Amino acid sequence: MTAEAVIHAVNLTRHYRIKSGPFAAPAVVKALNEASFDLYPGQTLAVVGESGCGKSTLARVLTMIEPPTSGELTINGHRVELKEGEPPPADLRRDVQIIFQNPYGSLNPRKTVATMLEEPLKLNRRDMSAAQRRQAAMEMIDRVGLRPEHVDRYPHMFSGGQRQRIAIARALMLHPKVLVLDEPVSALDLSIQAQILNLLADLQEEFGLAYVFISHDLSVVKRIADDVIVMYFGQPVETGHAAEVFSHPRHPYTQALFSATPVADPNRRKERMRLQGEPPSPLSPPPGCPFAPRCFKATSECSLEDPPLEPVSAHVNVACIHVEKARLTLRP
Amino acid sequence: MALLEIEGLDVRFRTSTGLFPAVEDASLSVDEGDVLSIVGESGSGKSVSMLATMGLLPWTAEISATRMAFDGQDLRRLSPRQRRKIIGGEMSMIFQEPMSSLNPCFTVGTQIDEMLKQHRGGSRKQRRERTLELLTQVGIPDPEKRIGAYPHQLSGGMSQRVMIAMAISCNPRLLIADEPTTALDVTIQAQILELLLELQRDNDMALILITHDMGVVAETAQRVIVQYAGRQVEHQDVKALFAHSRHPYTEALLSALPERAGDQQRLPTIPGVVPGQHNRPEGCLFNPRCRYATEHCRQVAPKAEADDPARTLCHYPL
Repeated sequence: MTAEAVIHAVNLTRHYRIKSGPFAAPAVVKALNEASFDLYPGQTLAVVGESGCGKSTLARVLTMIEPPTSGELTINGHRVELKEGEPPPADLRRDVQIIFQNPYGSLNPRKTVATMLEEPLKLNRRDMSAAQRRQAAMEMIDRVGLRPEHVDRYPHMFSGGQRQRIAIARALMLHPKVLVLDEPVSALDLSIQAQILNLLADLQEEFGLAYVFISHDLSVVKRIADDVIVMYFGQPVETGHAAEVFSHPRHPYTQALFSATPVADPNRRKERMRLQGEPPSPLSPPPGCPFAPRCFKATSECSLEDPPLEPVSAHVNVACIHVEKARLTLRP
Repeated sequence: MALLEIEGLDVRFRTSTGLFPAVEDASLSVDEGDVLSIVGESGSGKSVSMLATMGLLPWTAEISATRMAFDGQDLRRLSPRQRRKIIGGEMSMIFQEPMSSLNPCFTVGTQIDEMLKQHRGGSRKQRRERTLELLTQVGIPDPEKRIGAYPHQLSGGMSQRVMIAMAISCNPRLLIADEPTTALDVTIQAQILELLLELQRDNDMALILITHDMGVVAETAQRVIVQYAGRQVEHQDVKALFAHSRHPYTEALLSALPERAGDQQRLPTIPGVVPGQHNRPEGCLFNPRCRYATEHCRQVAPKAEADDPARTLCHYPL
């Protein structure tokens, strides 16, 4: 890749301290552990995993809602240095915008569409006149497939799909470079889901946007992702090129996750790889590999240490001691 | 005679702006050992038709049917007392949100016990033994400890297992599962679906599975009813449905699945949205979104042909 990465993340980690009792020492929940990736303009990075795996924590760290506990985050060439409780620099915040899962909760019911779209401009673009702001809002409304008469309506007058279009328009008003999409289509009906996915693909092409697409729906991810991070219990367990991860999953958790996903083809009913049990409690993590208690490949060595993410091919890294490592050939 | 037979079921809700037809002319029949899936988008009336069968709709609902019978008993004429005997015993239901369907004030043991007390009786000791047996059957580890747990102490998957234990406590002959796995993660979803099918096979129970997920339909159902805007548009065997869907809506819905779109650049979409109370179109309800719609579709509501086993609700079935 010749272009410069818009997001460069190295070992991003976020821990929370939880009070466990009036006299007990606070417990530490490791919500996100050592996530590293590069994101380039026009590319989509998908983050996949089940609830509680740290997907949304990653979104909060990337959008600078929360500072990472440790690790490096570089956005658009600027190193982000955040202090707890301090707002991030406005110019960086402008470059990264977020779209939430539930469009019924993320839009203010008391504001019209126009007010919502113009608000970011009012705050960040003091040079624009009211007429210019209205003009920009109208252009964006048209771009996301709504009609001009929609601008003076309130959120309750729209369907779920239309609300998600409004949320997308609002996120794009400041022409960000990165859009963090936190389960953007999972609250929508199937027929509407396809419309929104097509819209996102068009916008990505038009504006050269980079997407961080957080989802649990593998059929959607498979379609749109360039790179993928599979997370379990706060840790990336398999990362790399989406095409390779999907065609040849290596980590036992990735394999189980793919196998558990129902396929819409009655002729392909298969024996599922059954995962026993549920993810462990974040307050009492198991020793060693967090997936070991549910893993079908687990041996006694698995509970000795937490396996690091290691390359298994040119484009994929896996954190499992039972997966054969790539023999790295050193070129002179 | 089928176990559950419904014909010509209409459900209308009295709203401040008039009657809203939530379900129109729904029919189905289920036999012991059947797995029937009702699939549709939100607002298609799939839950309402089953809630009407269970008698769980609020007083604003007007229910009428030409036939509605469970095991030969006419459900329309039952007194509330008689109905309570059947519901929860011979016919039971599990709901989408396990967390909000359980009573937070009582332990799960008490809540399962209540079912047994109502329908089976027996001594306290016998009931406790049966409760433990049920918890083991649905795969809850350490049931001796869990029997005294409150719902907030359980995860979503565990709560759903408790709901299932409650629903099967009296060996029902029909189990209605309303989106049983929608709120759960995929690995847990796989476990729960497996459990439901296992129970259905072992007890020769009939299972009606309400879902919006075509993947779940493909992997579990034998027969499928597709519902759109309160009307049943197609009845088919699961393999036939995925191979040759007869109604344009089903065809469009299946091709909008990302996994079936193949290498096409753009996903095929269905334009527009499901009609609501105030924008119901004339003629066929699907006509504004249908790519095959003609002038005839816009004026005349279709009726299923008498000789069509799929009962396709379309003037021009595919």
